[in-house]
Amino acid sequence: MRIFTTSLAVALLMSATAALAAKDTIVIGMQDEPPVLDPTQNAAAAIDVIFSVNVYESLVRIGEDGTVKPGLATSWTIGEDGKAYTFKLPKGVVFDNGEKLTSENVKWSFERAGSATSTNPTKRHFANIAAIETPDPETVILRLKAPSSLFLSYMASGGAAIFDPKSADNNKTTPVGTGPYKFKQWVKGDRVVLEKSPTYRDPSKAQIKQATFKFVPDAAAQVPALLAGDIDAFPTVGATETLDRFKADSRFQVVIGSTEGEVPLILNNNKKPFDDIRVRRAANHAIERKSIIDGATSGYGLPIGSHFPPHHPWYVDLTNRYPHDIAKAKELLKEAGYPNGVDVTIKPPPFAYARRSAEIVSAQLMEAGFRVKIEPVEWAQWLDVVYKQKNYDMTVVAHVSPWDQDNYTRGKDYYYGYQNPEMDALMKAVLAESNEAKQKDLYGQIQRKIADEAVHAFMFQLPRTGVYAAKLRGIWKNSPVSVTDLAGLSWVD
Amino acid sequence: MTRDGLLMRCLRQRNFIIGAILVGVVLSAALLSYFWTPHSPSRINVPGRLAPASATHWFGTDHFGRDVFSMILVGSRNSIAVGLVAVTIGVLTGVALGLLASAKRGWVEDLVMRMADFTFAFPAILSAILITAILGPGTFNSILAIGIFNIPVFARITRGAANAILARDFILAARAAGKGHIRITLEHVLPNISNVLIVQATINFALAILAEAGLSYLGLGTQPPNPSWGRMLNESQTFLFRAPMLAIYPGAAIMIAVLGLNLLGDGLRDALDPRLSRSR
Amino acid sequence: MLSFTLRRLAAFLATLVATSLVVFLVLEVLPGDPALLMLGIDAQPDAVAALRAKLGLDRPPVERYLVWMAGLVRGDLGISHTYGTSVAELIGERLVVTLPLALIAMSLTTMIALTLGVYAASKHNTVGDYGVMTATQLGIAIPNFWFAILLVLLFAVFLGWLPAGGFPGWDQGPIALKSLVLPAFALALVQAAILARVTRSAVLEVLREDFVRTARAKGLTRTQTLWRHVLRNSLIPVVTIMGLQFSNLLAGTIIIENVFYLPGLGRLIFQSINQRDLIVVKDVVVLLAAKVVVINFIVDLLYAVIDPRLRTAR
Repeated sequence: MRIFTTSLAVALLMSATAALAAKDTIVIGMQDEPPVLDPTQNAAAAIDVIFSVNVYESLVRIGEDGTVKPGLATSWTIGEDGKAYTFKLPKGVVFDNGEKLTSENVKWSFERAGSATSTNPTKRHFANIAAIETPDPETVILRLKAPSSLFLSYMASGGAAIFDPKSADNNKTTPVGTGPYKFKQWVKGDRVVLEKSPTYRDPSKAQIKQATFKFVPDAAAQVPALLAGDIDAFPTVGATETLDRFKADSRFQVVIGSTEGEVPLILNNNKKPFDDIRVRRAANHAIERKSIIDGATSGYGLPIGSHFPPHHPWYVDLTNRYPHDIAKAKELLKEAGYPNGVDVTIKPPPFAYARRSAEIVSAQLMEAGFRVKIEPVEWAQWLDVVYKQKNYDMTVVAHVSPWDQDNYTRGKDYYYGYQNPEMDALMKAVLAESNEAKQKDLYGQIQRKIADEAVHAFMFQLPRTGVYAAKLRGIWKNSPVSVTDLAGLSWVD
Repeated sequence: MTRDGLLMRCLRQRNFIIGAILVGVVLSAALLSYFWTPHSPSRINVPGRLAPASATHWFGTDHFGRDVFSMILVGSRNSIAVGLVAVTIGVLTGVALGLLASAKRGWVEDLVMRMADFTFAFPAILSAILITAILGPGTFNSILAIGIFNIPVFARITRGAANAILARDFILAARAAGKGHIRITLEHVLPNISNVLIVQATINFALAILAEAGLSYLGLGTQPPNPSWGRMLNESQTFLFRAPMLAIYPGAAIMIAVLGLNLLGDGLRDALDPRLSRSR
Repeated sequence: MLSFTLRRLAAFLATLVATSLVVFLVLEVLPGDPALLMLGIDAQPDAVAALRAKLGLDRPPVERYLVWMAGLVRGDLGISHTYGTSVAELIGERLVVTLPLALIAMSLTTMIALTLGVYAASKHNTVGDYGVMTATQLGIAIPNFWFAILLVLLFAVFLGWLPAGGFPGWDQGPIALKSLVLPAFALALVQAAILARVTRSAVLEVLREDFVRTARAKGLTRTQTLWRHVLRNSLIPVVTIMGLQFSNLLAGTIIIENVFYLPGLGRLIFQSINQRDLIVVKDVVVLLAAKVVVINFIVDLLYAVIDPRLRTAR
């Protein structure tokens, strides 16, 4: 017992002295723990949240406004035909294990990601690369098969991180990268600790010396951890009903923003009854977004009418395309040959937003004459039954990848079951377009087309509901990508 | 043993009376819910969510603004139905296997008993999770998962009790009179072991309600919009700060049902077999 | 004695082989593709196929079963699909949470149950006895996960004394124990209630025997008699139940570790099923079955220690 009290006293003393000096550590709470720590091996978003930008670097990165910013590459040029990307790498970049970075690392990493035996979750991003040239250690030229206006964004993802061949295989447990932070410790089930990298090329960049990512999956446990000061920042609080309590407390700041996650009521366009546009439109008229958003996200989600994030300047507001109108919905169902209503099932995966919005939206659809049966599935079953076998009528899932409008051109093989030559043409045009104004116009057309066709019944944009210590600065309001920009964070007195 | 005598003996048991009252409350709640609930248990009213208890909503409302009292009432149906069907599966199959084992003896008995042992070596909850993972979550599949684990319980008890009966003199007399296996089993064994089975069935009913609540808590039991006590507990956990009472009602309902059945079982046992109650 | 041991060993192996076959077949029909789960919904089909090949999931079932069994025989549990680390290592790092949790819960159970049980028996048919019996009836009727939520509500939400969930790791020192307090109590409640009732009955049974009267006649006080003579002689049924309970405890951790988000074995198996980390599920199930057999064996040994007469009887 004495040992216990002594160590407690020492711990108290240490935390007391630490409090005297200016704060240079941070504890960030997050819901999910990554299964492995390598974004080129597993699609879990939690890997990017901790490691992308901070430890692993890609050639470019996505800024808070969703635009492409320099990452590992300081600058780049795009050749006239839009098919040659030349990236410039800085000198003196060192991996955490002491290896030097050269253009060969880029070549090696991308060839690994795109190879026949590659198991990279973002493998399709590399399919467009025809050749990789390394004229000198600081220059990489990527030659594409076809121009793509999305290629740069693709190169920003965690799956396109630049690795050192010697350490790559161990990155799943001991990450080695070139970023401003290096991996220190992973206590499975509890936390990952990063510390400021002594070898980073710009020593002045990071203010925070040590960052701890603490896993608190239980929404109920997140609140006391924040209140007790055990956690300084929780960018995605699960118990959104409690945010008012933090708003009223001067020790905290509550930052509500938007994410890249569109949440539609997904309709199977390749199966009765939703193969009929009238039935899809009936569903669109039947849903009432305010109740869904209040019930599923405590009112913090943003209503959407098509597949595009509202925080982006190119967003077109289409939420009034199908006003809430039960009579109209019933009429459309009747026209489609279902005067007495129609039986449909909804298969939501086990995420709180999905299960909750499925329950509310089902009640709403019932009023319009849909007889909805809720059949919740676990994630593995969702992937198998809904995604792979396409054996479903309706489901709810967030689409968190940026620029994923090309899902609407993936045809009947994709689980949407949607195919439309006009849409394919629009997508092809926007990929080949290099002029921004024209891209904006084309993306406007795409948004309208998705809404007109009533491919899905769009509900809301997944919110980013963050609670932070009042003295923390550099917080991202919106998260166009799921990363935590540690180097941008700082404490004020 | 006359019927009157049994009832009188039951009513002399305090456990039996309390148990009967509690079970009566749960059963009446279930019956009542078919005719009347204060509100529809599935009516969603998002603006009125997480309201505290009031004259209109006696237990307040949940995160969708549904009336918790009505959900608790209707939820009792689910618990009773799952428990009843699961135990019935266990009794019918288990008793048949147990009687078969004790009538045939030899390798049949060995096989039945080894299978029972094997089932016991598996944590029931783990197997239930696996079963629902294969068949998908839902009321029927959770009944199946729980029912399967009732089979070995009744198989063992039946075999043990039946073997004891078969060793008695009056069975020999019956055999001598030319009665076959089946007639002896039906006419002599079954009536003589029914007391033990009734007591065990009551206890296992309680266990099945607990198991159903556990599966529902893990999200593997009855699915929305049908209310289930276990799932209500799971959903309440997110709202512990805003609405702590949401975590109280469903748990208390489970406790009342289980306590009632356990007491009823104890009371029945004491009334049916005074020898067993010696040490109580 | 030798034939007894041999028979025990044969039964042990038969159980393991049967378990391994059952769990393998069950997982064969389990829908879901671990590779797709790992790579997510944007993954290209050929990447998923490549990963399936890498994980060996494209081999025929019989081959996979034999490879797995051959590994088990060599003591090689294989590599987890999800975590990419050896399953043995994974189980090891989860056991350092679950084992202490189960041991604490078991100690709590034993302490509470023996105290209450002996007390109730010594106060047979008095208010104290009724009080204990009522309390234990309630204890048996309460679902352990509900009790866990109530504990969280009181000690974490309202009082803020103990963490509501999570486990900081043993490198934090004894503070980590705090995270196990509530889960241990939640696990112990039901078991203690059952065990207290068994203890009470067993003690009452022994109290009626002659040697108790003799001991009392020799001038020992009632309490002395109880603890020195009666309890020891009542231990057989108590130990039997404890053996069963220790198995139950480990199963109970599946739910309780989920309530408290403890990174233990119970949560590992639940997550592994959800993530289709099939190799982990298979290994853990076989280990659990092995554990039940081993505990039964230990219980038998304990009988012999408690009651020497049984040694020759076997």
